[in-house]
Amino acid sequence: MNATWRIVNGRIIDPVNSRDEIADLLVIDGRIAGPDQPVPAGVQEIDAAGCWVVPGLIDMHVHLREPGEEYKEDIHSGARAAASGGFTGVACMPNTKPVNDCAVVTAMILGRATDAAVRVYPVGAISQGSEGRQLAEFGEMKAAGVVAVTDDGHPVRDSQLMRRAMEYASDFGLTVISHSEETALSTGVMNEGPVSTRLGLKGIPTAAESIMVYREIALAEFTGARVHIAHVSTAMSLDLIRAAKARGVRVTAETAPHYFTLTDEAVIGYDTNTKMNPPLRSAADREAIRIALADGTLDAIATDHAPHSILEKELEFDAAANGVIGLETALPLTLALVRDKVIDARRLVELMAVNPAAILAVPGGGLSVGAAADLTLIDPEREWVYAADQVVSKSRNTPFLGWKLQGRAVLAMVGGRVRHTLLS
Amino acid sequence: MATGYYFAHRHILGIEQLSCEDIAHILSTADSFKEISARPIKKVPTLRGHTIINLFFEPSTRTRLSFEVAAKRMSADTFNISPSTSSTTKGETLADTARNISAMHPDIIIIRHACSGAPLLLSRNVQAAVINAGDGAHEHPSQGLLDMLTVKEHRGTLSGLKIAIVGDIAHSRVARSDIVGFTRMGSEVYVYGPSTLVPKGIDQLGAKVCTSLEEAVTDADVVMTLRIQRERQNDPLLPSLREYARHFGISRQVLSLAKPDALVMHPGPVNRGVELNPDVADGPQSVILDQVTNGVAVRMALLYLVMGNS
Ligand SMILES: [Zn+2]
Repeated sequence: MNATWRIVNGRIIDPVNSRDEIADLLVIDGRIAGPDQPVPAGVQEIDAAGCWVVPGLIDMHVHLREPGEEYKEDIHSGARAAASGGFTGVACMPNTKPVNDCAVVTAMILGRATDAAVRVYPVGAISQGSEGRQLAEFGEMKAAGVVAVTDDGHPVRDSQLMRRAMEYASDFGLTVISHSEETALSTGVMNEGPVSTRLGLKGIPTAAESIMVYREIALAEFTGARVHIAHVSTAMSLDLIRAAKARGVRVTAETAPHYFTLTDEAVIGYDTNTKMNPPLRSAADREAIRIALADGTLDAIATDHAPHSILEKELEFDAAANGVIGLETALPLTLALVRDKVIDARRLVELMAVNPAAILAVPGGGLSVGAAADLTLIDPEREWVYAADQVVSKSRNTPFLGWKLQGRAVLAMVGGRVRHTLLS
Repeated sequence: MATGYYFAHRHILGIEQLSCEDIAHILSTADSFKEISARPIKKVPTLRGHTIINLFFEPSTRTRLSFEVAAKRMSADTFNISPSTSSTTKGETLADTARNISAMHPDIIIIRHACSGAPLLLSRNVQAAVINAGDGAHEHPSQGLLDMLTVKEHRGTLSGLKIAIVGDIAHSRVARSDIVGFTRMGSEVYVYGPSTLVPKGIDQLGAKVCTSLEEAVTDADVVMTLRIQRERQNDPLLPSLREYARHFGISRQVLSLAKPDALVMHPGPVNRGVELNPDVADGPQSVILDQVTNGVAVRMALLYLVMGNS
């Protein structure tokens, strides 16, 4: 009876089934049960009063660093960090060592993930070794379990390769995820603007992203294939995506919490935990991202969780690695948008659960009867401090260390198994 | 100085952290030290027994020499570490280097580094006072101060002047320190250069961005030029130095637009015939050598003031 629960008095927010009500939710043998089903004897009760009960959150963009850089993170530590942040599934990027560009690596990742705290969905490489030349074997990787393809971290320069990737991926029902970056323009280390000028740091113009976002849209429009734009950071990219969606291009897009929370002003002080790619942008870009989260131009919030040790971060700003961890702070930072009335609770669930599941075509995203009981309990009011000694990830590279946050996942359940709980 | 003022800075990381009062105090201290360099025996015991390390990660002859002369005139013990002799080539990080040097208990570390923000990182990892001798394209505070001292000597004031800065603003730490310093002291700074070399948002530091050389130079009290490099890391900034000289260089004719007694300055080394026509660089209005002399005085003042605060 381990996987049998009655979650009582919670606010069930389940956009897929058009539910938003205070009710009880029954989980029997790891699956969501109907309200009319008899409650089995010995069922364990979870008091969810004051909490939201939502489909398990899915982070469609994380770097788990395994295989190859386990000193930064591994599949198990990353999955634990995910569960503690309220996620029940994560999609891991292929820029590991070796690159996940073949079925063998995919199978190895899934083998390591079998007893991980959350569901792990590997994303395969677009090109062999992510070197931007030959296509990787999408069919073989799909059979082994990849849910999408990308050369994240190694932007595809060759437009012909990107075109072929989109066409060929569509044969296997895979979405191409684009890390959109014109590398000839992105030789800097932070957003190009008044702040980079003041700090004397080399800038990365917003155009470096937007140019490639437009290339992906043009290719998707021409080929009819699907494309998903990762970690959108600029207002111009959003205008392009908005217009493309309006004319029916099959484009979806995500952003990360640091882009709707911080601006490039956070770089003043040269804290290398504010260095990521794409970089933190201007206040106007941040505002555009907030609007796009609300109006549907952006489909998903993903963390781009990118663990690095102090070896990569305790350096001159120019020399430090790009990336920040994000699994443990994404939910409270998104809840801040709800408190600020930028989005409502239902939209949060769409951005963090419903849409990621749909884009990757993985199970989850709803609390339908008969579905696996992947769900998250959120206490939207709970105040806490993200202290260094409480970080679950192996790495601590985050600009949010020491931040006072409001709202937290108090329970994460995967297939009826409790993988994280703060409830007594 | 007004009563109650004291110099409160442990480190000199940039002009940006210095108030108007701080700058005035540094300049008057430097002015009082100038006399030492004019004596037959150019040495005072002020910093005797103090250890100063010149940590230069970027090649520099002028600035390092200037700091060394300043330190020796104040009787400090100085040591030079440059990249070839330091451990950074063995993969030691700046933070490691800092902690190692700190264990030898220096009083002052003077750092020159190609990365903006490196002096700040150093200051967080050492006990010693840190003086920034130029970091990336960020700041070069002692240069900014010696520029201000030079202008003040010739003009008697730093307020109400028109300072024109012409050249590579984008890659220049001198430009940033000068823009912040001169505007803070009440002057107006006009910048001009090819658009490839004028960085976005420089106006937010207080500079006025000009659209022609004439606009920048007309009625200027000071015409400051900055060193030009044609290309940096495959970034095609300019087609040729010849074309630069013709369109952006300061000739006699251009200089005649400025005030008749306008000062011509350059942080050095000058590309003769590029940023400045030789007859301008060596002409009567050039105070380039005064800048060098004042560099020693300003650096003596900085060493003295940060030690007064230990
Ligand atoms: Zn990426």
